[in-house]
Amino acid sequence: MEPIERYRPIVDDWEAFRAACERPLPSAVRVNTVKATVERVRTVLDEAGVAHEPVGWHDLLFVLPEDSPGNNWPYFHGWIHGQEEVSAVPATVLDPEPGERVWDACAAPGTKTTQLAAQMGDTGEVVATDNNLGRISALRSNAERLGATSVAVTHEDGRNHSLKPFGGESYDRALVDVPCSCEGTIRKNPDAFDDWSLSHVEGIAGVQKAILTRAVQVTDPGGTVVYSTCTFAPEENEAVLDHVLSEEECELVEYDLPLTHREGVTEWQDESFDPSVTRAKRIYPHHNDTGGFFCAKLEVTG
Amino acid sequence: MSNDSTRFTRLPETAAEREDEERATREEVLAFWNERFGVDPETFADHTFWELGAGKIWIYRGDPPSPVEIEGLGMTFLRTRQEHWKPTLEAVQRFGHRARQNVVHLTDEQARRFVAGEDQELDWEGDWGYLVVTHDLAGAAEPVGVGLFVYGELRSQVPKGRRRDLDA
Repeated sequence: MEPIERYRPIVDDWEAFRAACERPLPSAVRVNTVKATVERVRTVLDEAGVAHEPVGWHDLLFVLPEDSPGNNWPYFHGWIHGQEEVSAVPATVLDPEPGERVWDACAAPGTKTTQLAAQMGDTGEVVATDNNLGRISALRSNAERLGATSVAVTHEDGRNHSLKPFGGESYDRALVDVPCSCEGTIRKNPDAFDDWSLSHVEGIAGVQKAILTRAVQVTDPGGTVVYSTCTFAPEENEAVLDHVLSEEECELVEYDLPLTHREGVTEWQDESFDPSVTRAKRIYPHHNDTGGFFCAKLEVTG
Repeated sequence: MSNDSTRFTRLPETAAEREDEERATREEVLAFWNERFGVDPETFADHTFWELGAGKIWIYRGDPPSPVEIEGLGMTFLRTRQEHWKPTLEAVQRFGHRARQNVVHLTDEQARRFVAGEDQELDWEGDWGYLVVTHDLAGAAEPVGVGLFVYGELRSQVPKGRRRDLDA
């Protein structure tokens, strides 16, 4: 049995889902408001003859049906950054305010980090953590090209994130976009399922639980934590939320998302999860013609 | 994981406060941008300046305790501890709109050659030294990077890793 077949019981319109997974995904870009406006990006893409289509649910995203971003003036100036539609969901849901302190727990290569910095008007502080030096170097060069002066980069495992370099200060919000089995990126990486194994899913779920736990611990009571993956596996999604709900002082909260989605599942194989996991959202490729994604919003209560 | 290459030290406000004679001060950094490029010191009122290693200055919006041992703090901003201080491409792209002098405006063709890393002859009557290089983008002048003007020639200072032959 193909691994993807395991999701047949939880995905509606299975044939449409399978067909969408086979279709490649066009390039998309985000306008970097630290350096440019939507109007100016639109003008410069028109001047360059680069076709671009707006994205209904997010003002700053464009789909480039014929081009890939990367070798044109707006990219060189840091006015745009390649970012798939669903990848813009978690920072949008976290919705940080100017001047806040935010932790980006698994930050490299910095696409979401720079989105957070732009949302905050490049004020406040985004502490961006990653455990891989090579990916950190990509994060740093992206942050510089996009002109983010409010991003501080730390090299550590998010499970053991230290507040010491910043004098012990905790955070207003945290973004926990964890490493995952990446099943939802199948349209960009047709080999996403080639190395799939249940033991990998279960192993990485342990890491995800520990990083999310740390994020809840370092966020102030009343603060917001967003948990996201680009995968369908309930082991990496609802089961991780269920774990942190039982161990830490936090709860899942409702939020609006103007993209078609399904609610989190409470039953999977022999397990059942906290009923509030229905407040998490599952985004499937066939509903909005995007990649697959999972996103949950938590409030720290204790 | 940490070593000396990750130890950021905050610049002292003034010469009176510094312990290392070679270290630039905040006052000197602001004076440099003001005197060379006409950038108002107020522009940087919300930012702090940090040195990593010898002479590599970073600009950061936050205010952590100094020194701080991490991998990155905002963006690279300025090279000091040499005869002529040199702003980075990133600093100029981010703050160069505020420059009122020593700014050279290139045609699209010249700007492409600049970004590709080529040196080119230039009719420039102003000062020699580092210039803010701009070109038109979406109908307005946009800073693209730092050039060095000497002997009738504009030398591209675009770092190797950022040079591009742009499509459009």
